Formats: sequence, structure tokens, C-alpha cells
Amino acid sequence: MNLLSCSSNSWPLSSGVVAVTDQPLKSLKGSLSVPSFGWEQRRDNLRNNRRVLKVVAYYGLKSPPYKLDALEPYMSQRTLEVHWGGHHRGYVDALNKQLEKNDVLYGCTMDELINVTYNNGNPLPEFNNAAQVWNHDFFWESMQPGGGQMPTLSLLQQIEKDFASFANFKEKFTEAALTSFGSAWVWLVLKREKKCLAIVKTSNAINPLVWNDIPIINLDVWEHAYYLDYKNEKAKYVNTFMNHLVSWDAAAARMARAQAFVNLGEPKIPVA
Amino acid sequence: MALRTLLTRKTLTAAPLGVRCLQTVSLPDLPYDYGDLEPAISAEIMQLHHHKHHQTYITNYNKALEQLDGAIAKGDASTVVKLQSAIKFNGGGHVNHSIFWKNLAPVRQGGGEPPKGSLGWAVDNHFDSLEALIQKMNAEGAALQGSGWVWLGLDKEFKRLVVETTPNQDPLVTKGPNLVPLLGIDVWEHAYYLQYKNVRPDYLKNIWKVINWKYASEVYDRECL
Repeated sequence: MNLLSCSSNSWPLSSGVVAVTDQPLKSLKGSLSVPSFGWEQRRDNLRNNRRVLKVVAYYGLKSPPYKLDALEPYMSQRTLEVHWGGHHRGYVDALNKQLEKNDVLYGCTMDELINVTYNNGNPLPEFNNAAQVWNHDFFWESMQPGGGQMPTLSLLQQIEKDFASFANFKEKFTEAALTSFGSAWVWLVLKREKKCLAIVKTSNAINPLVWNDIPIINLDVWEHAYYLDYKNEKAKYVNTFMNHLVSWDAAAARMARAQAFVNLGEPKIPVA
Repeated sequence: MALRTLLTRKTLTAAPLGVRCLQTVSLPDLPYDYGDLEPAISAEIMQLHHHKHHQTYITNYNKALEQLDGAIAKGDASTVVKLQSAIKFNGGGHVNHSIFWKNLAPVRQGGGEPPKGSLGWAVDNHFDSLEALIQKMNAEGAALQGSGWVWLGLDKEFKRLVVETTPNQDPLVTKGPNLVPLLGIDVWEHAYYLQYKNVRPDYLKNIWKVINWKYASEVYDRECL
């Protein structure tokens, strides 16, 4: 997982942006005198109709942090190949094609792109592709070979605080996954305003970033995520995810980072 | 003899208001075998789709109906409202899939044969040609985000054909109270994933080889009277 620095308030999960600049769009537009990489040049070239080599940068398909067969037998290599290589790659390609024609959105980081294209509930056509790219990146990193078991230390403490017990959380998460209609995602998020963990269901491509919440774990319950392995047995898939796939290590790292933005109060330090 | 029948008829009409039988639904039989739609739709998909998915919608719909019945009897308004989404989803799933099985037919039973008669004429009139209609429906079906259905419907009020999509399991009437479904194509992933994986356009291209236009014509003629 990439924990390098990035522009404030955005997650380090932008899908391998190839461009040199990661600057938000506003600062680029403001300074005409500063030769910002590619942006101004491209616009002038297009205006003067000069045929110069266009240097453009798009989003790339980020590989999962494990080999495609590493999640066997819980998630087959075939599923990874079709899900990551077909669906996820398809979203990336479609997004790049859309950004090619759109100079305004080109240049945003992934998180900004999601918020801008969500357009407060009236999503632009780019939203679906951008959000799905982000969601799938997050999903691969929410799983690991030898996953499952239980979270530890402060993450477990926080779960026990907000859900009474880990078993209860597991039950609620599973219930959310099984009661979702159609194509959906299930999330464990840290709510910024309420300063607590919560389970959220979203449909199609929507993710909690649009409500400014911080995702900790997600589960893809679109049918394509489990159909090849489990056919219609969604319950089996969800249980397998909870018991054998979910990466509490990744969740802990995300939680640690989240606490830089959300003050969860003083830690419980044992007295003597 | 006549007196006795008079008495029995009277008691029947005097039945108390609260007593009524709950009409649950059951899985309709397919008018063809699971393997009859090959190679357009594989037997494995047909079996799972009919026997597992449709059956699940029916089971959950009946469960929700029973709960609804109980809530109505008790006058529990909030439960009645809470159950609406489950009824819409599962009931819609049952309604849509029941239409879907009739929309498909093996080639030897006329599947894939273009529509003739008044429906054929209407298609040519509203969409220029059957190919244009197919292209439009395929484009809308492929562009649909997530799960849903793409429909060829008849607008009874304006007497014209329309192509609509509905999300999840919403029936066509949710797009307009005067719409009657003639043909529906399931673009939920369970309808094609095992065979076509993520290439939904291929599924849409091939399903037309087993579409039962005869049924659509019957519905069209009946509604246009």
C-alpha cells in the first residue's frame, strides 16, 4: 500500500497516475507565467493547430498486491483474471478515453475526480468509471492471502466500542451484504462527523468518499465478483471473505492514517 | 335441494371481512428444456437462473407477503411501509422473470424469427427496421450501469412502441403506468456471466437468436384492441 505523501485530504490510492504533476487543478489554472507541465503547452498547441507530440498522462491499472492465484481456493485465479483483467481494466480504459476528450477533468487526482464528477448526487458520465476504478483498487488491497481472523489492538478496540463486539460487527456486515439489492458495495467506514465506525451499503459505483467519510474495508457484491466461484451462493462468498480474505492489516494501516484526520479521543493507556 | 343451496350461498357471502386466503406465487414451469436455448444461452445458466435465482425471488416475495399480511391485519403502518422495498424487489423479480421465460424460445419453436403482422409493421414504423431496434436495445442494455432490464414496451395511451431500461428488478410499469412489456432482456450479470463473462455486448448480440417474437406479437395484438 502506498503511504507516500500526497495532496492534503486525499487518499494515496490514486491508480498509478503516470503524469509528473499531482497538483490540484486550481493551482495550475491560476499561474499562467509558471510553465506547468504539459497543461498550458497543450492548450496553446491545440489553439495554434501545431502538430506537436502531445504529452498526456492518464490513470493506469494498478496490480493487486499479490499474485492472481494467491487467493485460492477462496477466490480463484480465473475470477481475478476476469474481474481485475476484464472489469477493472475496462473501467480504467473507459475512464482514460473519457478524460481524453475532457480538458477540465484531466489533471485532477483520483479523489478529486470522484468528488467533482459526483456532482452532489447528479453524477457526470465519468463518475461511474472513476469511482469503479477507485473501488476496485481499494478492494484488492482490502484482501490478502491468509486473511480473515480478527483485527488487533486499537482497531479491535474501536470496533468493540462501536459495534459492542467483533462478532456483532461480523454479523452486521454480513447482513448488509446479503440484503443489498442489485449491484452494490459494502463498506466499513470511519464517519468524520460522528467520529465512529459504521457499516454502509452503496449501490452501483457510489463510494463513501462522496460523503467525506473514510473507508476502511470494502466488499464487492456485484455478481461478477463471486459468480464464477460461488454461482448464486452469495452467503458463502461473504462468509469466505470475512473468514479467509479480509485484510485487517490493510484496515489497521488505513485506520492509523484516518486518525490523522479524525480525532477519536485519547487512547486508553493502561495504568500500571 | 334449492333451499339448501340458497342457505350455503348466503353463508358464503356473509363471510367476515378479515378472512381471506393469502395468494402466494410459485415458480412457473419453462415451456422448454434448460438446454434448448444453446448455444445462445447455456443450459447451466438457464438452470441456475430459473431454479435458483427466480425461485429465491419467489421465496422472498412470499415471505414478505406473509409479513405484509400480518402487518396489515395488526394495523402496523410502519412495518407495511418498511416491507415495500422487499416486495418491489422480489415481486418485481418474479414478474420480470416470468415474462422473460416467455420471451425466449428454442430455434425449433420459432425463436429468433422476426415479427410478422401488426407488431412487425409497428417495429418498422417506429424504428425504421428490426435491425435498428435491435441495435438500440443492445446499446441501451450495454450502457446500463449495474443491474437491470432493457425492455421493448407498448405505450397504450399513445399507441406506440418504446425502448426503456429499468434498474435492479423494477418492472416496466415503474417507468410509466401505461407501459406494457412486450420483450424484456435481463442484463443482470447472473443472466450471462458464466458464459460471456464481462462481455455483455456479446450476450445481447446472441440472445436475439432465441427471442420469441410470437409471444410479443400476441401481447401486442391483445393490448392494441
